[in-house]
Amino acid sequence: MSILVFADHHDGKFPKSSFEAVSYAAGIAKALGTDVVALTTSNLSGDGGLGKAGANKVLVHNTNSTDSQQLTRLVLAAAHAVSADIIIFSHEITGKMVAPRVAAKLDAGYVPGATALPDMSDGFSVNKNVFSGKAIATIEVSSSKKVISVLPNSIGLTQDGSDATVETFAADLGSAGLKVRTVKKEVKDGIPLPEADIVVSAGRGMKGPENWGPVEELAKLLGAATACSRPVADIGWRPHHEHVGQTGVAIRPNLYIAIGISGAIQHLAGVNGSKTIVVINTDQEAPFFKAADYGIVGDAFEVLPKLIEAAKAYNANK
Amino acid sequence: MKILVCISKTPDTTSKIAFTDGNTKFDENGVQYIVNPYDEWYALVRALEIKESLGTGLVAIITVGGADNEPIIRKALAIGADEAVRVDSSDNDSLFVATQIAAYAKSGNFDAVFCGKETINYNGSAVGGMVAELLDWPYISLASKLTLEGNVAVVEREFPGGEEVVEATAPFVLSAAKGLAEQRIPNMRGIMAARTKPLQVIAPVEANTHTKIKLYTLPPAKGACKFIPADQAGDLIRLLHEEAKVI
Repeated sequence: MSILVFADHHDGKFPKSSFEAVSYAAGIAKALGTDVVALTTSNLSGDGGLGKAGANKVLVHNTNSTDSQQLTRLVLAAAHAVSADIIIFSHEITGKMVAPRVAAKLDAGYVPGATALPDMSDGFSVNKNVFSGKAIATIEVSSSKKVISVLPNSIGLTQDGSDATVETFAADLGSAGLKVRTVKKEVKDGIPLPEADIVVSAGRGMKGPENWGPVEELAKLLGAATACSRPVADIGWRPHHEHVGQTGVAIRPNLYIAIGISGAIQHLAGVNGSKTIVVINTDQEAPFFKAADYGIVGDAFEVLPKLIEAAKAYNANK
Repeated sequence: MKILVCISKTPDTTSKIAFTDGNTKFDENGVQYIVNPYDEWYALVRALEIKESLGTGLVAIITVGGADNEPIIRKALAIGADEAVRVDSSDNDSLFVATQIAAYAKSGNFDAVFCGKETINYNGSAVGGMVAELLDWPYISLASKLTLEGNVAVVEREFPGGEEVVEATAPFVLSAAKGLAEQRIPNMRGIMAARTKPLQVIAPVEANTHTKIKLYTLPPAKGACKFIPADQAGDLIRLLHEEAKVI
């Protein structure tokens, strides 16, 4: 009755969200007195750090498949093999594609985007964010089998586990329903926005696309990804994949620095999961200041150079 | 091509979020409902564009819920859908909803099911994948572009660091993300026509409900914003390191 966790990888590396999912599974396993089995499609040599995050065993089925039907068959086969009644995913691209399929096939209650470990004191309840991060809902799951996907950067990562045993896992993936033509990488260098711990974002206050140099420079100095508000993506100042907000990307970085963005509700919906928010705006009435931890009322063109200088000094003394 | 577009009603993006009944129910007082933006702007519009480009086909709307969904169904019809069906039920949980949609898609011989990537109120991102599994169909999630090359749908979908371009032939399920289409505003003719387009109400099929929202909580309020004078802006970096500990 192990807890099964699907540990997604990107180009052979596990993103932080995968380790968080394993830690989450370990938290449940500890409470139930059982163990954690992690499943990966990457070609692992060691345990890839999954043991430290809490896995007792890692099952490796090396495949390049990104097909939802094939990955579902793989997860179902592993769940059956280890008699897992609880299956954990991370709530990102692959998890969102596979977890609901697995839940439907197993007739299992599904909690997408869990923000805390389950409360098993009276039934089985899991918290998730709702209304685009404006509220928390406690979801009661009544089925014996359960599928949970873990919201990235919401669960503390535990790293006190020991090396996991690694075995290859054979399974019939069946045929793929989709044919992959190609993969387009948008972010050639720099950090993909959904995975960034620090994000530097800017909006109309920058007055024009030609002024983004200091924004990008600050991001580079802080090891951050860049983002933007919807209006500047819509008018082509910034690429669409940078747009964070209700109808753009939702991010949960540790630090979100917003420059020249007023903070409309739709923008906040995309960034309200950030641990720390810094707002820089000339308008002291800008609504964004109400959601900020730190604020600077000032002109971006004067403030940014000062931040860049301070960031350079900080890096030099690190 | 027969496309079934799934829509649901959500509070508009500026709604105040509050709860009643001991924090077990969403407070609908004064709330304006809209069609979930991902369903309307992206899934529905792309389906209509496909029908228009092929010169033939059908775009049907499905929603699972009570009669208070009628306004949003009429909006979807006004934008251009041909017909609508409402499964008369409370919308329970994702698997329950997906079971209704899958049953209707199957009995109606649809070639594709489109839905938005998630609703802005539940943020589940679940129904599309569940419908696909119940129908045993391929699932293209987070689609941002779809082009038809003969009977092959070439779809760009979100992929770590970029996009993956996949080919699919009907039948399949697709969840729509930003970029798939542009929002359409219904015109007067569309609004008038919507009044008489078919809106069928059907009973739900047997389905399980395994999850239930038992309580809502509001997140802890943010503390006051700490202001740093613009001429000492550089101090922010120190504070972010020493105090906030985020760099």
